[in-house]
Amino acid sequence: MAGKPRVAVHKFASCDGCQLAFLNLGEELLTLTRLVDIVHFAEAGPVNPDAVVDIAFIEGSISTPEDLEHVRGIRANSRYLVTIGACATAGGLQALRNFAAAEEWVAAIYARPEYIHSLATSTPIAAHVKVDLELWGCPVNGRQLLAAVRALLSGVMPWFEKDKVCMECKRRQAVCVMVAQGLPCMGPVTRAGCGALCPSFGRDCYACFGPAENANTEALARRLEGLGLMPEAVARRFHFINSGASPFTEAGARRRTKHD
Amino acid sequence: MTEERRVPIQVPVLARVEGEGTLELRVRGGAIEEVRLRIFEPPRMFEKLLEGRDYSEVPDMVARICGICPVAYQMSAVHAIESLFGVDPGSWVRDLRRLLYCGEWMQSHSLHIHMLAAPDFLGYTGVTDMARDHAEEVRRGLGLQALGNDIIRLLGARSVHPVGVRVGGFHHVPPRAQAGALLDKLRAALPQAEALVRWTAAFDLPAMEQDFTAVALRHAREYPMNEGRLVSSHGLDVAIDQFETRFVEHQEPHSTALHCLHDGKPYLVGPLARLNLNLDRLPVPVRAVLENTGVKFPSRNMYHSVVARAVEILLALHEAIRILEAYHESPAPGVDVKPRAGTGYGCTEAPRGTLWHRYDIDAAGKVTHARIVPPTSQNQARIEADLRQALQAYGLDHEDAALRQRGEMTIRNYDPCISCATHFLDLRIHRVSCF
Repeated sequence: MAGKPRVAVHKFASCDGCQLAFLNLGEELLTLTRLVDIVHFAEAGPVNPDAVVDIAFIEGSISTPEDLEHVRGIRANSRYLVTIGACATAGGLQALRNFAAAEEWVAAIYARPEYIHSLATSTPIAAHVKVDLELWGCPVNGRQLLAAVRALLSGVMPWFEKDKVCMECKRRQAVCVMVAQGLPCMGPVTRAGCGALCPSFGRDCYACFGPAENANTEALARRLEGLGLMPEAVARRFHFINSGASPFTEAGARRRTKHD
Repeated sequence: MTEERRVPIQVPVLARVEGEGTLELRVRGGAIEEVRLRIFEPPRMFEKLLEGRDYSEVPDMVARICGICPVAYQMSAVHAIESLFGVDPGSWVRDLRRLLYCGEWMQSHSLHIHMLAAPDFLGYTGVTDMARDHAEEVRRGLGLQALGNDIIRLLGARSVHPVGVRVGGFHHVPPRAQAGALLDKLRAALPQAEALVRWTAAFDLPAMEQDFTAVALRHAREYPMNEGRLVSSHGLDVAIDQFETRFVEHQEPHSTALHCLHDGKPYLVGPLARLNLNLDRLPVPVRAVLENTGVKFPSRNMYHSVVARAVEILLALHEAIRILEAYHESPAPGVDVKPRAGTGYGCTEAPRGTLWHRYDIDAAGKVTHARIVPPTSQNQARIEADLRQALQAYGLDHEDAALRQRGEMTIRNYDPCISCATHFLDLRIHRVSCF
């Protein structure tokens, strides 16, 4: 490879919080910029959206007709395409609009809806182009990003845990908030990686890292009902940050039907 | 005979702002005919997403509006909902929420000053470039940013979309030992924050005074963060629930962010407006550092925003130290709440300015209607007014590249939070020449 590896960071519909995982790296950010050329990262300075790169990171979901065209261009220019965060990986919190009549929403918020060009849905990058690696989390953290850069530039896929938050909880020796407090914790179906932050703070996990591998959503849904949640409330637990991830889409939909 | 010539000039993306948009400039002869800051944030429609959700879900949802200032969204939301429910979480919670806000101001302002704004004032394309010649200052900035994040982590477990806040208080009582360790680090950083104020005050900033109306919260004793009345430099003084009587949002065809006007006119929110209106609320040592710089506040030079940000970092550090010195572990991290139907208002000072929320909630605790007015939509009309004056004063005969740089710098100076309000920013200059 001639010269330093080239990296781009792109943004679609999102909150910028996953890009911040780069900007919060501190000293490691300066090290990273010595090891790779960051050729496009508008929030930090370099602008070259059409650059050919080794790794393209994408934050944000696809929600406008222009986004579709843009993401295909990025795919064509990138050796590895990596999604960062819930928006790019599962459509984000804004994918909740996929369950509703989004056109009516635009009309309710904007006096002149004809000026707003928006798709009816908010969808993940993988719904439109091939994605090489998905980093889950709302937001992702610096460890995930650095592990991804390091592994991909060595020509291998990084290894990330796909097990449940419960495993991290046990390792941290946090008291189970579902057993001890009867809280509707999503840990049993949620992918590890955050460090079991919510249970260690005495609250229930809200599934911001998306579904774990082999998540038994039906068993958890029944347990949540056993804790006293109405089906509609169970549906809201699944239809939250990662409502577009199919195990959660389906688990929530089953409870919504039951409710109706 | 008059012949028109248009020379469109495009810059794909305005860099170093949080998000993307377009600046359109139409020049005819020697005058600016039109300035438009086009914002096309793909609408994420948060206000509608909130409808039908339980009040307890609101803090974690609204955080996702902005990864740079999630604490601000959580704070305006919990204050709105608690006032509606008639809940007072008490002084322990009140102090720690101020501490949490100090953390967010420190991280957000440090990020803006060092990574986004300073390269403009020192003549670099970005922070990497600047770090080669100003390594020590960049490290100092990264250090203050990290300390702000440490404060947020103490109370929220992580700095982006923290998980510690709930309606009624917090989820977690930080252990005393952790609070003590953080206090030591904060005390050690005071000289750095003071040096930062002096550094920004020494920037060679364009000297141009503008007339503008400044709007911010004002509190009886403190520099405003979570509480206060809405005041302005032109005599406004109202309770936050009166916001809608004096501030009106409207839609412009060129922007997906609603424009907000105060009594029909553009106005400024953010660090410069806050400092101009609350100088007498600065703690004495902070005031002394500011006075020694020789920069006079209240200031009508918009570029003094960068100095105001540095002053607010120092203020936040002082406040965080004061709160942590008095810290004790409370038996409970908050109080229980019981929903009731009604309308609640919350207004707090986000790093970028006043952030106003209104929620209608039913007796079961479900949100029936939400309205959120972020700082960037309030500043949008002011930014356009500033661009008009700044570029005219700079001289429209400058080459396109220079005009573009000056335009970008003028916009960046407001630290527009584009995720709250924008998407793609590129610059189009139409030169219409008369022959």
